[in-house]
Amino acid sequence: MSNAPGLPLPAGRSGALIRADFFQRFLAFGALIVLILFFQVWCVAIGTNFLTFENLVNILVATAVVGVLALGETFVIITGGIDLSVGTVLTISMVMTAVCITSQHLPVPVGILVGFLTGGLMGLINGVLVAHLKLAPFIATLGILNVARGLSLVLTQTRPIYFAGDNGFQSGVMGNLFGVKLSGEFGIPIIAILMFAAALFAAFLLGKTVLGRYTFALGSNEEAARLSGVNVAKWKMLVYVVCGLFAGLAGVLSAARLGSAQPATGFGLELSAISAVVIGGTSLSGGEGTILGTVIGAFIVYVLTYGLQFVNVPQEWQIVVTGIVVIGAVYIDNLRRRQRA
Amino acid sequence: MAEPLLEMSGIEKHFPGVQALVDCHFDLFPGEVHALVGENGAGKSTLMKILDGVYERDSGVIKLKGSEVDIPNTATAQRLGISMIHQELNLMPHLTVAQNIFIGREPQGRLPFVLDERALNENAAALFEKLRLHLDPRKRVSALTVAQQQMVEIAKALSFNASVLIMDEPTAALTDKEIDELFRITRQLRGEGVGIVHISHRLQELKQISDRVTVMRDGHVINTVATADATVEQIISMMVGRTIFEAAPEVPEVTNPEVVLEVRNLNRGRAIRDVSFSVHRGEIVGIAGLVGAGRTEVARAVFGADPIDSGEILIHGKKVKISGPIDAVHHGIGYLSEDRKRYGLALGLNVETNVVMASLQRFVGRLGIVRSGLTRVAAERQVQNLAIKTPSLSQRVRNLSGGTQQKVVVAKWLTADTEILFFDEPTRGIDVGAKSEIYQLLNALAHEGKAIVMISSDLPEILRMSHRIIVMCEGRVTGELTAAEANQEKIMTFATQREAAA
Ligand SMILES: Nc1ncnc2c1ncn2[C@@H]1O[C@H](COP(=O)(O)OP(=O)(O)OP(=O)(O)O)[C@@H](O)[C@H]1O
Ligand SMILES: [Mg+2]
Repeated sequence: MSNAPGLPLPAGRSGALIRADFFQRFLAFGALIVLILFFQVWCVAIGTNFLTFENLVNILVATAVVGVLALGETFVIITGGIDLSVGTVLTISMVMTAVCITSQHLPVPVGILVGFLTGGLMGLINGVLVAHLKLAPFIATLGILNVARGLSLVLTQTRPIYFAGDNGFQSGVMGNLFGVKLSGEFGIPIIAILMFAAALFAAFLLGKTVLGRYTFALGSNEEAARLSGVNVAKWKMLVYVVCGLFAGLAGVLSAARLGSAQPATGFGLELSAISAVVIGGTSLSGGEGTILGTVIGAFIVYVLTYGLQFVNVPQEWQIVVTGIVVIGAVYIDNLRRRQRA
Repeated sequence: MAEPLLEMSGIEKHFPGVQALVDCHFDLFPGEVHALVGENGAGKSTLMKILDGVYERDSGVIKLKGSEVDIPNTATAQRLGISMIHQELNLMPHLTVAQNIFIGREPQGRLPFVLDERALNENAAALFEKLRLHLDPRKRVSALTVAQQQMVEIAKALSFNASVLIMDEPTAALTDKEIDELFRITRQLRGEGVGIVHISHRLQELKQISDRVTVMRDGHVINTVATADATVEQIISMMVGRTIFEAAPEVPEVTNPEVVLEVRNLNRGRAIRDVSFSVHRGEIVGIAGLVGAGRTEVARAVFGADPIDSGEILIHGKKVKISGPIDAVHHGIGYLSEDRKRYGLALGLNVETNVVMASLQRFVGRLGIVRSGLTRVAAERQVQNLAIKTPSLSQRVRNLSGGTQQKVVVAKWLTADTEILFFDEPTRGIDVGAKSEIYQLLNALAHEGKAIVMISSDLPEILRMSHRIIVMCEGRVTGELTAAEANQEKIMTFATQREAAA
């Protein structure tokens, strides 16, 4: 063991919040900056301006829902699993919130709580299927994707549910912070603040709690965790519950943002969420990942979408480009890993 | 002696297709090192895994300090004061050393579920201090060497302050110096009254460290004797059920001078520096050196598993370009990795598939369909040839004992019919019986005209098997010896010829 020099590392290098190497975050963050500058140059070339407060607010608002969705997905992917159901779990949570507030005339906070818990319940079902019945996550969550999607249509009779009048819900989520308008109609959107708060909480869960530690342990070597006496099934199930709760929260935010519950939205968002997580440097093979990376990844996805829209690239092409970017991000990440190994 | 700490009796365990344990009896006293030996697949790990709660016994009684206990899972074993170092490393590479050691019992701060990372690292540091180990608690496990990882496993097992400590081949990946360290710790614990089970294939170790020896064979406990009363030969004959011929086989004279493989001025970073050597037809070339001398790196570079910076590889005098294992296999080079679990086997697949893995092309009929009749015959032949202990060809390799897995890797390359074979630590974790079989096999292969390179840290093995010995140190070839002139002292002199001293 004499060849194991006890080199002291800089203090505070533990904890998942700041665990992965500096370079990794620098890479994702750098990519985000480059992307923004790229659109700025493009806009200047066609005679407009990308770096405006209005655009910033629009991007923040557009990112919030999928950003929250991706937070939960990060936990599942770090365990080496995948949750394909988050998009439609978002839908059913949104629908449950709307049903409570409109047809059941329940108070808004109850509606919010029900939406949130619906997500948690769907997560619990995923968790039981994966952790206790030992189904492959891909299959189990694919099944729940369809269950949630179908139930949403049943509950709404396939029609959108609109919130009548203002009940404080939409304005509470979509308004400006402290009602302050900073530029024209635009202030700091509350929905973005909520997303950042959720991200801070997620980072705390992942980096500072036992749950976070086991999330990494399961993804790194599940058998070793089991042999160390960790209750693998219990913690894995909880990870899916956490993911479901974040999807529930995203559903509530989405309802407020749209002013309605749309039974057809949500489906497909799981892919945006997974893209955000992966672009943020979380490894699909498990054991590695950060919340900060995921948040940056979500912004990359939406800066790209919004930017392409802003410079009038047709929507079909926007989708193609997004796909290519995901592949590129994963490839770069692979190169980085290989270099380090 | 005092009352036993632990008593297992009538233990039976059945796996699909295998009766792994039959009516096994085992006991352990406080302050005793009890060695458990037996051939590969004898059931040593299985018996101890039952004690650790990894497997549940089919029948039998376990008594701990006189009272009967049930151990359905590892958490229970920990609670009862039983901890086990497994034969295979079981660490989480993405976590730090301290996080690995205290996984499942993290110190928590004032709030429930909130980790106290500082206490975690301090506890680990205190543990290392007590054991006099030089490990950094904050270092990621993936950045450690295999030997260091093994030390982490050992520290982790000790951190439970267990009264029963099971070590399943803890020394397989360690150097002599590290083994001394481990034995020092073992003796310290024995002095504190801990009961220790020590599983090993290195029979010389038993004399050094153990008080009693239990021998297993084919799932049966054959006998338990006081170590002082038995000779190594007696133990071996109990293990294999016969007295085996242990005398060194004659090293056959090489008459055919044709050079099959020649490596010239190979370089890769600091790991390989200007390495040249050649191997003749029918020759076994041993590469000796200390752990980390760059021997594995050379083998991997020639095999194309790692890129090289510069250098030439010639086969039958013709320069070849090897940019990946595909090229290597194409040119008739086979490599048996020292880490069979990671690089040598598809653990989830069965014996037959693994055996034909490197030569599947030969078994493919028209339309690209694998001709399963042929693969079965080929696999069957190897299983008999090497006496691979498996219930059937369709057994998953994961379920085979460690040593048996190694034989499957050998079978794979024999089936591929390669001309040049690199054996990297071919007998690590293999019992004496299987070892002598592998030696015979190497001799037979050389006799058939194959060119063989054998990397080994076991000096007697190198001396016994090689026609020619190359010694490496710090990535360079520091010496070359013929079988006639080589001895342990000369090899060690070359192996420690560091650059500053040279
Ligand atoms: N999970 C399993 N499923 C099926 N068979 C198994 C399993 N684990 C072990 N076996 C079989 O049980 C027998 C005993 O294996 P065990 O691993 O206990 O041997 P061992 O004495 O530890 O050998 P080695 O020295 O090679 O480690 C072997 O025949 C092995 O193939
Ligand atoms: Mg074993």
